[in-house]
Amino acid sequence: MKSTPILVAAAAAITLVAGAAHAATLDDVKSKGVLACGVSTGLPGFSAPDANKNWNGIDVDVCRAIAAAVLGDAKKVKFTPLTAKERFTALQSGEIDVLSRNTTWTHTRDTSLGLNFAGVHYYDGQGFLVTKSLGVKSAKELDGAAVCIQAGTTTELNLADYFRFNKMQYKAVVFDTSEQTLAGFEANRCDVLTSDQSQLYALRTKIKNAANTVVLPEVISKEPLGPVVRQGDDQWFNIVKWTLNAMINAEELGVTSKNVDAKKSDKNPAVARLVTGTGDMGKKLGLDNDWAYRILKQVGNYAEIFERNVGAGSPLKISRGLNALWNQGGILYAPPIR
Amino acid sequence: MADQPTSGGGSQPSKPPPWNDPAVRSIVFQVLALVVLGWFFWTILNNTLANMETRGISTGFAFLDRDAGFGILMSLIPYDESNSYGRTFVVGLLNTVLVAFLGIILATVLGFIIGVARLSNNWVIAKLAAVYVEVVRNIPLLLQIFFWYIAVLQALPGIRQSITFGDSFYLNNRGFFFPKPVFGDGFGLVWIALIVAIVAIVCLRKWAKRQLDRTGQQFPVFYASAGLIIGLPLIAFLAMGAPLTFEYAELQRFRLAGGASVIPELMALLWALTMYTAAFIAEIVRAGILAVSHGQTEASRALGLKNNQTLQLVIIPQAMRVIIPPLTSQYLNLTKNSSLATAIGYPDLVSVFMGTTLNQTGQAVEIVAMTMAVYLSISLLISLVMNIYNRRMALVER
Ligand SMILES: N[C@@H](CCC(=O)N[C@@H](CS)C(=O)NCC(=O)O)C(=O)O
Repeated sequence: MKSTPILVAAAAAITLVAGAAHAATLDDVKSKGVLACGVSTGLPGFSAPDANKNWNGIDVDVCRAIAAAVLGDAKKVKFTPLTAKERFTALQSGEIDVLSRNTTWTHTRDTSLGLNFAGVHYYDGQGFLVTKSLGVKSAKELDGAAVCIQAGTTTELNLADYFRFNKMQYKAVVFDTSEQTLAGFEANRCDVLTSDQSQLYALRTKIKNAANTVVLPEVISKEPLGPVVRQGDDQWFNIVKWTLNAMINAEELGVTSKNVDAKKSDKNPAVARLVTGTGDMGKKLGLDNDWAYRILKQVGNYAEIFERNVGAGSPLKISRGLNALWNQGGILYAPPIR
Repeated sequence: MADQPTSGGGSQPSKPPPWNDPAVRSIVFQVLALVVLGWFFWTILNNTLANMETRGISTGFAFLDRDAGFGILMSLIPYDESNSYGRTFVVGLLNTVLVAFLGIILATVLGFIIGVARLSNNWVIAKLAAVYVEVVRNIPLLLQIFFWYIAVLQALPGIRQSITFGDSFYLNNRGFFFPKPVFGDGFGLVWIALIVAIVAIVCLRKWAKRQLDRTGQQFPVFYASAGLIIGLPLIAFLAMGAPLTFEYAELQRFRLAGGASVIPELMALLWALTMYTAAFIAEIVRAGILAVSHGQTEASRALGLKNNQTLQLVIIPQAMRVIIPPLTSQYLNLTKNSSLATAIGYPDLVSVFMGTTLNQTGQAVEIVAMTMAVYLSISLLISLVMNIYNRRMALVER
């Protein structure tokens, strides 16, 4: 009687040891038939569920593109909402296959979390949102302010650096989710809400009297946002990286979801490598050669996902800015598909 | 030498061989169980570390010495961004201990009042207490914390419209600001006087009880104690030339600088935890009182004790035996529930250390283990204290 629990424990220990060997993510995803994608708990333009529980946003579309490439169907994605604090653990533990949740690529995250950043799909920077009645024109006037921020973000560190460097005092009120952060700001607990600038515009669409708020001109940090995968599975890393590159290259080559079928007979060899099978580009990733065709057909190129989620076609109305292609005044530059 | 061999058996039962000896067997099995358990945990730990290593996740406790680089809203010890992650642990820990400690005291007081009120002969009071208990304990705590936080913030004015009392106390949505005492040279003597007074009171009460038992004479312990605890420190204070000044909060553009303050997050969290736990404690108190048979009340009345004397001297001491064990688990609940603080931005251990620090360093295993160890230690400590108290209460009765 006494020894039963011990036997169970020993059995569990052996299972744990056996479970340590890790399968390749691509095979996992294929056998599950669905891609597990980590997103935010709700950030308009990036990842947010609509009234029918359908997820939308630029981060969401990155996941849909991966599903289109790997599983052949952009709809075969299971979205897991994660707070900033939860996101890396969810990826490390294998709960999700890819994290696409406005996550900044930093040195520490890349080197000590056992993760890899597969590129950048949005160049952002940290900004400040204040109420107009405060009468503040610049972030330099914020000495002594109370600042609402979300826990587990780069925002928390940048804020400390900025105020310390400018010899200003501040009080950080730290919340768990963006919902709570916003509630704190709206209840006037803080003078300032700080976050990545794009997210400030997104949050503003949720604020009751948004007209009474302004985003200050200062951008105090570099926030390159991109999809993240586990370290040690190079094949999966490549798939995510080149899914993103395919969408950016497609914009550069003028291939869209509308004209992708017509482009199949295009003379340009670069277009052919992208949308037809020449060069076996898909095979080299461990996929079939229609991978990029499906991404473009079902999800679209970079310009399309940008415009419909955060650009002119969305309530956020963010201009391309840094996120324009390198040959159009921005810094978006994808290595060639060849 | 000529004796029979022991195995021959006589009138005495022979000693069985060791593998059949129940005493030996039980020890062997216990040792074996311990070894297997130790091996089990060692394997898990090793396995985890090895797996993390292969996946390129940092391990170890070296991060505790690194610069934290983030600010914390409230700290009981000096803290700024240039301090280490190790210090963020201490800051969070102290903030957790603070709410748990204050919450336990307040919830106990409120819970006892409501529990007794529910048994009151006054219909209105009894019903009000019953409604309180039923409403408060049936609403999820997280919701209540939110509610009080938003309610507190909405009720309080902005910093420029602060409610002030005599220009030195300010109440607004950044908190409650009050003058910070600055202890000058020689204030130490006041503390010493205070300790002396407390010791004197303890002795005085012992003496008064003996006096009462011996001669039947009541000594006015309460007034004497009050005199001691106020008088002694006051004399020391005046003798040292009143070495105490105050630093006042001063209104600036966005904030009140200087002084001391209580942040609204603390108020809301403390209030919600107190209200919630008090509802449970009230029921425990009621059950404890009802568990004391009515005959005790009647006997006490027959001896001529007054109503409140009956409650204080006869009922409560006996009820305490029933009350203490479940009360302990309420204290443990309150402590653990205090981790809901993260939702409203109160910088407790979970918010600061298992939140921000974990995220900046990514060392989940170490940090979660440390945090769990803290909650376990606090819980064991509370249990220990309550068990000691329980034993004393139980002994007094025999
Ligand atoms: N890019 C930054 C910040 C990301 C972040 O979490 N931003 C907040 C903005 S308030 C957010 O997206 N919250 C949504 C959520 O909690 O689900 C990082 O990687 O640390």
